[in-house]
Amino acid sequence: MDVGPPELVAGAILVSLTAYVLLGGADFGGGVWDLLASGPRKARQRALIAEAIGPIWEANHVWLIIVVVLLFTCFPSVFARLAIMLHIPLSLMLIGIVLRGSAFSFRSHYGPGHGEEAGSADRASAHWGRVFASASVITPLLLGICVGAIAAGTLRPPGASGFRDFVATFVAPWLTPFGLSVGVLTLVLFAFLAAVYLTLEARDPALREDFRRRALITAGLAFVAAFGALGLALAGVPRMARALTGGPRALALHAATGAAALTAIAALWWRRFRLARLAAAAQVALILWGWALAQYPYLVPPDLTIRGAAAPRITLVLVLWALVAGGLVLFPSLVYLLRVFKREHAGR
Amino acid sequence: MSDLIAARSQMAMSLGFHIIFAVVGIGMPLLMVLAERRWQRTGDRIYLELAHRWAKGTAILFAVGAVSGTVLSFELGLLWPTFMEHAGPMIGLPFSLEGFAFFTEAIFLGLYLYAWERISPRAHLAAGWAVAVSGMLSALFVVIANAWMNAPVGFRWVDGRGVDIDPIAAVMTPAAPIQVIHMILTAYAATGLVVAGIHAAGLLRQPRNAFHRRALAVALLVGAPAAVLQPIVGDQAARFVARSQPVKLAALEAHFETQRGAPLHIGGWPDEAAGQTRWALRIPYGLSLLAFKDPHAEVKGLLDFPRADWPPVAVVHVAFQVMVALGSFMALVSAVALWLTWRRRDLTRHRWLLRALVLAAPMGFICTEAGWVVTEVGRQPWIIQGVMRTAEAVTPMPGLIVPFLVFTALYIGLGLVVAWLLHREIVRSPQAAEEDAA
Repeated sequence: MDVGPPELVAGAILVSLTAYVLLGGADFGGGVWDLLASGPRKARQRALIAEAIGPIWEANHVWLIIVVVLLFTCFPSVFARLAIMLHIPLSLMLIGIVLRGSAFSFRSHYGPGHGEEAGSADRASAHWGRVFASASVITPLLLGICVGAIAAGTLRPPGASGFRDFVATFVAPWLTPFGLSVGVLTLVLFAFLAAVYLTLEARDPALREDFRRRALITAGLAFVAAFGALGLALAGVPRMARALTGGPRALALHAATGAAALTAIAALWWRRFRLARLAAAAQVALILWGWALAQYPYLVPPDLTIRGAAAPRITLVLVLWALVAGGLVLFPSLVYLLRVFKREHAGR
Repeated sequence: MSDLIAARSQMAMSLGFHIIFAVVGIGMPLLMVLAERRWQRTGDRIYLELAHRWAKGTAILFAVGAVSGTVLSFELGLLWPTFMEHAGPMIGLPFSLEGFAFFTEAIFLGLYLYAWERISPRAHLAAGWAVAVSGMLSALFVVIANAWMNAPVGFRWVDGRGVDIDPIAAVMTPAAPIQVIHMILTAYAATGLVVAGIHAAGLLRQPRNAFHRRALAVALLVGAPAAVLQPIVGDQAARFVARSQPVKLAALEAHFETQRGAPLHIGGWPDEAAGQTRWALRIPYGLSLLAFKDPHAEVKGLLDFPRADWPPVAVVHVAFQVMVALGSFMALVSAVALWLTWRRRDLTRHRWLLRALVLAAPMGFICTEAGWVVTEVGRQPWIIQGVMRTAEAVTPMPGLIVPFLVFTALYIGLGLVVAWLLHREIVRSPQAAEEDAA
């Protein structure tokens, strides 16, 4: 692997995407569990989720902005291709992002108990809670669909017909069984991450058990969704199938992913929640990296490579310096944020 | 509606929506840290109450600003992929830095809003300052990118593509300094005066209400100096436009015929077909004097430029007039308020001033919108001035009226909810706190 500025920036994009999935993804997963809150501790499940994501979701969301900005600055033709051909799912995803964030802040605004208006405030709060939760389901699905379309290599430049055939150009490339399966996998993984993280947020053992159960169920579902996506790839996406099954590197990565997944399940089973969090995060990160490795050196198969799509060298070098400078401010701040909000009631 | 018009409408609507929240996101953090600082210095609990309330409003406004800003970062590509494909490597650098400024803002706002009980008062106040400073830096970086679209530098355009790209030179675009200062002052003036207006209204009903008195003082501290400085900076900005974008200047002044000793048009309606401006008050030599500091300077008129290079003249002219008129009123009211404060007068005894402040409350936001119309519509038909036309940049995706209508409906809904929530907070201002006039 020849590493120069283009590869370094592509690596930075992968790191940012990983952070978005592990942190922002779990916030969406929290919304999923808000939607599916049930049992005697329904209200307390929701309160725990709100408390866990309240202070951090906006910071976690910024990773997505970093990905977008790095793409359009350093791989502008990739950004243009995705923006044109994924116009519809990206627009729908944006609606999800807007509704999730606004509805969450509206709901937080009402907060618990407002004296004489408690009744109507509770109703308003419940209304925005539903919007927040539904948007948290839809957004990861669409994000996954977009990733699936990139991985499948269907986002080719239009041929001689140009952009005239609407369905063939703007719908068919992403609305595929494989794309949908990646959407479902993304949703399940986000819900899985959230459930695992919430076992460490909960102070009350009963509440912790609620999320342990949810984590175990979604861990199982993740296996089903992952093998479903793999099956569809083998059946209908030859490019993906070759990359996923060929080569010792791909197989080693699969083995590591499987090991992380099993570790997460075992740790949840024996209530080793810190280990479970580590293993779950590793599992999801490895799936993401498996995708990246499978399509290396392409950013958008079948034609846009890291080298081929890279901006002029001076832009890449300046952006890398900006990343270093920004990181010097960002990482200490981020660590401080997480220490303040995630330290005291961490369980075992 | 053509796809180009739909795309432009969606972009204009998205920017017009986001800019309100961006402006408030720069101004409100300053208000809340100033209030918290006074609480820490004086121990007066009313300031703490103010900091809490302003933080609560900021939480909603920042959230909506963050998500609508995300929409914009995607829309740059969803609507203008050809523009981003070329401009990305040239002007992406300030966007990257803006990403980090936004990150810092989000992190420390999370701390500010949720960590009152978890970190020391000193650390809490510092978090507030970090929010205020990074909000201002976000504006700096984004406006640099916009300034580059008005005065593009740092590349050579050869055969429809940029070569010899120099991102540092692009960031140094000569349009940036004045446009950035103009924008940041707008944020403080608009936010400060809208808050001042709300509490001035409270004081008209309850002149002794200490909560409103303290709030008015802090709000004017942020808004009034900025509003007073703004006309001076705005004049500089217009003079820069006169040199760098003469067509834009001619459009915003509704100036059709090139002439020496050009008059300034106040009001009036530009008739593009006839090539003249009707019903305007004409101030002889005014335009030459304002634009070039010389009453006999030649000012190029629209008729000297190809028709295909004109922006929509009437829209730009009206927006400019609105901005200047309302901005002048804000500056005047602010100057009076500052003068009275300096003379240690009790502002609340001057009910006419309170009424004027109430009147000025929404003006900062109207000016913000009008100013963006001036700079963005005024640059049309170019997306990169003189280099790439907006029509060349638009996505090949058909049916763009659909996303335009969907996002418009979404934003109208959000806008109404935010307005309702803020209204609810304002109505609940504390009634009890009363004090004697000092």
